Amino acid sequence: MRSVFFALTALGVMLLAVWAYHENHATQQARAEQRAIEREINALRANIAMQRAEWAYLNRPERLRALVDMNFTRLNLLPMTVEQFGRIDEIVYPERPHGQDAETPPALGAFGLSPEGIAHTAADPATAPDTEADAP
Amino acid sequence: MIRIPLRPLARILPARDRGQDTTAIEREHLALRHQQVQDRARRRGERRLLFMATLFFAGFALIGVRMAVMAASPPPEVTPWRGEQIDAFRADITDRAGRILATNLRTNALYAELRHMVDGERAAHELARIFPDLDADGLARRLTDPSTRFLWIRPRLSPEQVQAVHDIGEPGLLFGPRAMRLYPNGRLAAHILGGAGFGTQGVSAAEIVGTAGIEHRLNAELRDPAREGRPLALSLDLSVQAVVEEVLSGGMTMLNARAAAAVVMDAHSGEIVAMASMPDFDPNSRPALPAGTDPTYSPLFNHAVQGSYELGSVMKAFTVAQALERGLVGPQTMIDTRGPLRVSRFSITDYRSRGPRQSVADVFIYSSNIGTARLAQMIGAEEQRAFLQSFGLLEPSPVELAEARRVRPQFSERWTELSAMTISYGHGLTTSPVMLASAYAALVNGGTRVEPTLLRRPDPVPGERLISEQTSATMRALMRAVVAGGTASLAEVPGVLPGGKTGTADKPNPAGGYYSGRVRATFAGAFPMNDPRYVIVVMLDEPEDTTGPEPRRTAGWTAAPVTGEIVRRIAPLLGVRPQDGLDIEAALLTR
Repeated sequence: MRSVFFALTALGVMLLAVWAYHENHATQQARAEQRAIEREINALRANIAMQRAEWAYLNRPERLRALVDMNFTRLNLLPMTVEQFGRIDEIVYPERPHGQDAETPPALGAFGLSPEGIAHTAADPATAPDTEADAP
Repeated sequence: MIRIPLRPLARILPARDRGQDTTAIEREHLALRHQQVQDRARRRGERRLLFMATLFFAGFALIGVRMAVMAASPPPEVTPWRGEQIDAFRADITDRAGRILATNLRTNALYAELRHMVDGERAAHELARIFPDLDADGLARRLTDPSTRFLWIRPRLSPEQVQAVHDIGEPGLLFGPRAMRLYPNGRLAAHILGGAGFGTQGVSAAEIVGTAGIEHRLNAELRDPAREGRPLALSLDLSVQAVVEEVLSGGMTMLNARAAAAVVMDAHSGEIVAMASMPDFDPNSRPALPAGTDPTYSPLFNHAVQGSYELGSVMKAFTVAQALERGLVGPQTMIDTRGPLRVSRFSITDYRSRGPRQSVADVFIYSSNIGTARLAQMIGAEEQRAFLQSFGLLEPSPVELAEARRVRPQFSERWTELSAMTISYGHGLTTSPVMLASAYAALVNGGTRVEPTLLRRPDPVPGERLISEQTSATMRALMRAVVAGGTASLAEVPGVLPGGKTGTADKPNPAGGYYSGRVRATFAGAFPMNDPRYVIVVMLDEPEDTTGPEPRRTAGWTAAPVTGEIVRRIAPLLGVRPQDGLDIEAALLTR
């Protein structure tokens, strides 16, 4: 009886030792993995910082202004000024036309415009209303 | 404990005398002894067991507590800077909408470690081909010098240069990682940002230190590791700043001005939305301060903050406001404006006389020096000084720039009646444009004091009351009238209702007296005037409009149109909705 107990104890200790050894290894592996992830996070952070800096550099007002000037014939962008604002009562509320095209979106209809009208204005630079901003 | 003797002689001897058998006694005695020994051994065993149990318990408790702490504590933040000797961290700077104004970039510094150097001579010549400004022979001498062990060659390299140096194949040339301060918008807001350079340098890092502007003033705050991931948000608006700089530099060129400055400030919180000074520079490669020449000619000089000037008639607003506030006059009170007004040896004249008597409103709108001087006489020197003091015009500006604290307004310590009269129309007291803007904010925002700031102040608390609501409303109406029909009609922008006051001051000659034909033109005002949200100050140094038959230098012809153009462009960006003119005039009258 006694010897069985001793044998079991010895076996238990050995199993525990194996388990502890295994845990030790697992911990070291986790540590190494953590260090690798930390390095990756740092590298990614540095990349993000670089991208953000590049984004800010590419979007600097000076460059955007130059781009707008270069593409003026195509985009017709002008600086946004006070005169370009209208009042809501300057817009005539349209009579609902008879036999209105069902495909006209209601939002466009409210401004008395049709999709063809918009396409036409956009194609004609002289009357293009696109004066959104110089978008700095 | 009393030890039991080996043989119980006290009992054995009498028993032997009596002729009894002593064996039983001895045996009994021996049993007693055995029991005592056993007791002792058991007690010792128990003590040992207890000791071991405590030891194990403490050990397991320690492990348990440690595990609990590890499980409960948050994971440590991963930082590329932690563990390095030199703290290279520096927070980004953004505008009010989070657009980057200053950030850090990783680059490499080049150094040489001579014990690894194979062929210093060749390395020096190869390096000189990559960096043409390097002196090849000098470098070769230093790279082959046996007493040198370590040498910094370049503080920062571009990725292409790093590759080129790699291609030399010299093991003695090594790279140290560096965080570099980058201002992606170039010249934009250069004077506010200032610039940064390297402080202490190590092989693996170098600290970045602000050299001027907000980088220098808030250096400690920017380097505080606690604000990691949280950029410093300024009150500036990048788009507004860009427009202000564009228009100001255009205006400066067209009017042949030597320098220019502009400030746009929130009238209630004192947040500076845009602040420009021309000429400017690129903070990425900050030029050196010119030696020997006048520092105010340098592009580094911030005219909006460092420049403290006699700004002329824009100061009349404070004289008129004080006279109205103290109830000495009303807007329609008639003032004697016959000229010239002689005080001791000094005579005060008007640029253009508009009759012997004018109302206070006309004195302001048509900018009469004589009328304002008369008002100053009524107010008194001491009172005037206290009033200007309350607006902060006699103190250095509190704005968060390294340069601001060193600039004190200049005025004569003896504030006589004569100085009160000249100060009333803007001579004899110097003011920086940024301080003028915050003082004007207090005039038009309903009368509460405003401290200028470059940092976000989302929930402004109204400051100390300086003038009454009523006086502030009258000042708004008067300033509106200056633009609607007075000296600053070129600043008019339909729908936005700007208002303000022009000032044309002769420039003081360092040799004494004033230059003739050299002026500093200023416009100070706000928009929209029925409920001012933004204050604007524009200053041009030596402007000259040569489009007419004779050169025009007054602020109405120079600073006012530049201001008008700025307001026309920035009002939509600031969300100022154009309003119907008629409604506004009515609102101004009823308020």
